[in-house]
This record gives sequence, structure tokens and C-alpha cells, in this order.
Amino acid sequence: MDHPKNKKTNETNPKGISRRGFLKGLGVTSIGVAAAPKSELLAKLEKTPSPNGKLLGKDAVIITLEVNGKSLQVEVEPRFTLAEVLRDHLNLTGTKIGCERGACGACTVIMNGVTVNSCMTLAVDAIGQKIETIEGLEKDGHLSKLQESFIEHDGMQCGFCTPGMIMSAKDLLDKNPHPTREEAQEATAGNLCRCGTYPKVFEAIVAAGK
Amino acid sequence: MKKFEYGMAKNLAGAFEFLKESEAKIKAGGIDLLDLMKEGLESPTRLVNIRTVPELSFIKKDEKGNLHIGATTTLAEIAAHSEIQTRYRALAQAAKAVATPQIRNVATVGGNLCQRPRCWYFRSADFNCLRNGGDHCLADEGENKYHAIFGNQDGCVVVHPSGTAVALMALDAKLVIARKKESREIHIADFWVTPEDDVTRENILKHDEILTEIILPATEKSTTSYYFKQKEKQSFDWPIADVAVVLEMNGKKCTASKIVLGSAAPVPWRIEKAEQVLKDKQISVTLARQAAAAAMVDANPLSQNAYKVPVFSAVIYRTICWAAGIDPFAA
Repeated sequence: MDHPKNKKTNETNPKGISRRGFLKGLGVTSIGVAAAPKSELLAKLEKTPSPNGKLLGKDAVIITLEVNGKSLQVEVEPRFTLAEVLRDHLNLTGTKIGCERGACGACTVIMNGVTVNSCMTLAVDAIGQKIETIEGLEKDGHLSKLQESFIEHDGMQCGFCTPGMIMSAKDLLDKNPHPTREEAQEATAGNLCRCGTYPKVFEAIVAAGK
Repeated sequence: MKKFEYGMAKNLAGAFEFLKESEAKIKAGGIDLLDLMKEGLESPTRLVNIRTVPELSFIKKDEKGNLHIGATTTLAEIAAHSEIQTRYRALAQAAKAVATPQIRNVATVGGNLCQRPRCWYFRSADFNCLRNGGDHCLADEGENKYHAIFGNQDGCVVVHPSGTAVALMALDAKLVIARKKESREIHIADFWVTPEDDVTRENILKHDEILTEIILPATEKSTTSYYFKQKEKQSFDWPIADVAVVLEMNGKKCTASKIVLGSAAPVPWRIEKAEQVLKDKQISVTLARQAAAAAMVDANPLSQNAYKVPVFSAVIYRTICWAAGIDPFAA
């Protein structure tokens, strides 16, 4: 039991360095919510303003995203996905990146009232959209009923799929407050759980609607 | 993904303006295009986003009863549309059977028609397959479990990946293709390009053209349709066999039909031999089975996909029965 590998391996060690913070220090992941002036810089960075549309250059521009009801300014290149920007730039690491091809659903967020794979969404396409992530479910330090239900019903094992699973379930409950098991299955068809906790997930969703 | 410029078109004129760049690519929902870019198979210097063009997203009926669907209408919108569900059931079913809820919320019908094949050799930057400019098809002699059983003699043995294409073929849809200020209307059957004609493309769209609209002909009350997609994992997967059936009925008799297969050939594959079996007959389970057998007469499976022949037979006969409103498992 005293094997070093069994010792507490929390995010933060006694020296106060978290795993994520350490990685950031090494520059493995790029970070930083841009300390941008409040004025919208986007317009200045357009190459050819036209009534027919805007053309963004290849390099970074500052955009505003509305995440969980907050307006956040962030510097992105057009090629950055919403999942990358949420995790690496806005530090909202609840959203997971699994397959990065829209197949596993770990990156599921709600955008303007529908679920999307944030790994297959360009951050620049999320400008002006209302984005909800797993971090938005907790209110005043209390988990939502749906999150509590996942705990109550053991709706996870390793937990990697859980944020995406819960966002798909939240979208279902927002539209259909008392879903059947079949409806819960259909709503989470795009969320893969490699631990195979599906029966517990469906139980948790149905129970959250009762 | 490599860096690219991003054209956020507000209208079609803007999209064509941004398309002047020779290495530009049109993006609608972006699901297939981002996948190809992440794999390094496409590296456009500019993306032209047409998802933001309001004039491309609509479902409306004209005075003659034809239904017009804008090319960037999402699959979720099509699947949920009540008139499509009743008058063009096969299309609603095909849209609903694509991928996952998350993808259907973003993916567009135009993008679904224009997506590239799923062949694993084609989709991997590690292989230089015929469709990617190599000198021979790697699946033909290689791993071809999910490949074509028809139309596979011309080098490349991919299957066409679009489910909505199968339904739209059976429903006799027309497509509108725009080029700057002009536009033309073609039958969907004339949209596809076989490997024999040009192995590097799946459709006739040119760089400066945009698929803008799909037109479904007005249907009679006596028209009925059904689409079914058989997958290995039914909740979410690519199909191993998908079938759309449209029947024109006169009482109990079928006066005309369209039977189209997906995941069968490099292009959506119409089976006239099966349609002939149904003509002027009363649909029954036995007749549907005869039509399915006729459909498979010309099948030419590869080394690993002979299993698809009986799968297609089963899916075809069941889909005919479901279209006719009879129970395929009775008797």
C-alpha cells in the first residue's frame, strides 16, 4: 500500500504545482485569455471589408465568445476549434477531446440550444452563439440535479465521457423534461463510453427527469 | 490543420467573391472538410463559409407543389420537418440515420451529398491510393470488407457515403448548381461521377460552382417511400447497406417504383431489375423477396465483402415491405 505509485496523485502536489500548470509552464499547451482592449479588434483585422462578408486572415484575431452566460475575449486563429479554445485558452477543461473527429462525443457542448461536437466546430463559427459547457451546470457551488443523478446512479467509471454525456442529456432534458429510456438512448447515441456504463447513464438521465 | 484564411460570406455573391482564390474550399457544416483537413488530405489556403448565408437555408413549397430545400439546411432540420416526414418519408429517415445528434445538428444536406468516400486507404495520408493520385486501388486487392459490390470494375472500389443521396435519387430530386449569377438545374442522377469517368472526384461540381438547392417533385397521395440503413452498430455507425424504395401505388398494385442502394457502389446505385419485378403487381413478402433476389443478380463482391450480398437482399425486401405498409416478417 505504501508503494509510491499508490500515493495521492492529486492535481496539486505539496509544492503547489498542478499537473496542468506544469504543462503550461513548459509551453506544451498554449494558454492565455487575451488581455485585449475592450474595443472589437476584429474589424481592424479584416483584410477586405465588403458588404458581402468578412475575410479573416490566417493569423490570430480577437473574438468574443459567450460561454455559460459570460462574454469572454480570446485570441484565435481561424483554424482553432472551439474545443481547443475552451480547453487551452479559456481554461474550461471540463470539455474533453477524445477522437477529435466528431465520433466520440466527449467534446459535446450546447451551442444556441443544440448539441454540437466542439472539436468539429471552428471557434470563429461560435462568435455570437450562446455556448454552454459542463462548467455552466453548477450553480452557487451546487451540482445540478442531472449531475447529482449521474453520481447517484453510478453513471460513470473513468469519467472521461461524462461531461459530453451530461451535455447531451441536458439538451434532452431542456426539451423533454421527462424522457423515456429510449429517448435517453437516442439523445446520447453520439457519446461513446469505453467503460460501457451505458445502462447506468440511461438510468441516471431518466431519474433526473422524474 | 494548416493555417487558412476564413471567408465569412453573408450572401452568395460574397461566397463567389471569396472563391476566386484558387486554393479556396467551400465549407458548410464543415464536418467532412475539417476531418479531411485534420488528416492532412486537404490543405486549403482559404475556407469560404456558406453556413452563414441565409439564402441557402430554407424549406419551402412552390405553387406547383414542389418542395425546395436549401443546401445548407441541416440534417436535423430535414429529419424533423413534418411535411418531409409525411410526403418524402425516405428523405426524413435518411437524414435521421446519419451519424449522431451532434453531427446532424451541424451537417448540411448539401455537404452530405458532397462528402468524400470513407474508404480507409483514401482517408489515410499514409497511403497513396488511386483516388488520391496513386497508380492503383489499394482496397481492390487489400482490405475491402466495406467496399463496393457493384460498379467496382473501374479501378476504385469505394462506396458512395451519402445516405440522403440514396433517398433523393429514389425520390427523383433535382439539384440547383449556381455559378456566379447563373444557375442550372440537373437531375440528381447526373450529379455523380463514376471512377471510370474521373477517379479523383465523386460529383460534377467545379471549383467556381456551389450546390444551392434541392428540389423534390410534388408527390401524389398514392406515392409512398421508405429508407433503411443497416449498420454494424445500429445506434451510430457508417452503413454496410442502405436502401431507399419509392412506390407508386394504384390501390394494392404497384404501378412504378424506384429502388436505390447506398454503400453498394462508387455512386448511388439504382436497381432497375428489381423495379421491373414489382411493376403492376401487388406487393407481398414473396414478391419483395423476388425483387431483392433480382437486385443482387449482377452483384460482384470483392475478396472480403461477399457477406454484403445477403445483407442487401434482406434490407431490400424489408424496405419494399415497409414502403408498402406490410410486415416483412409475417409468414
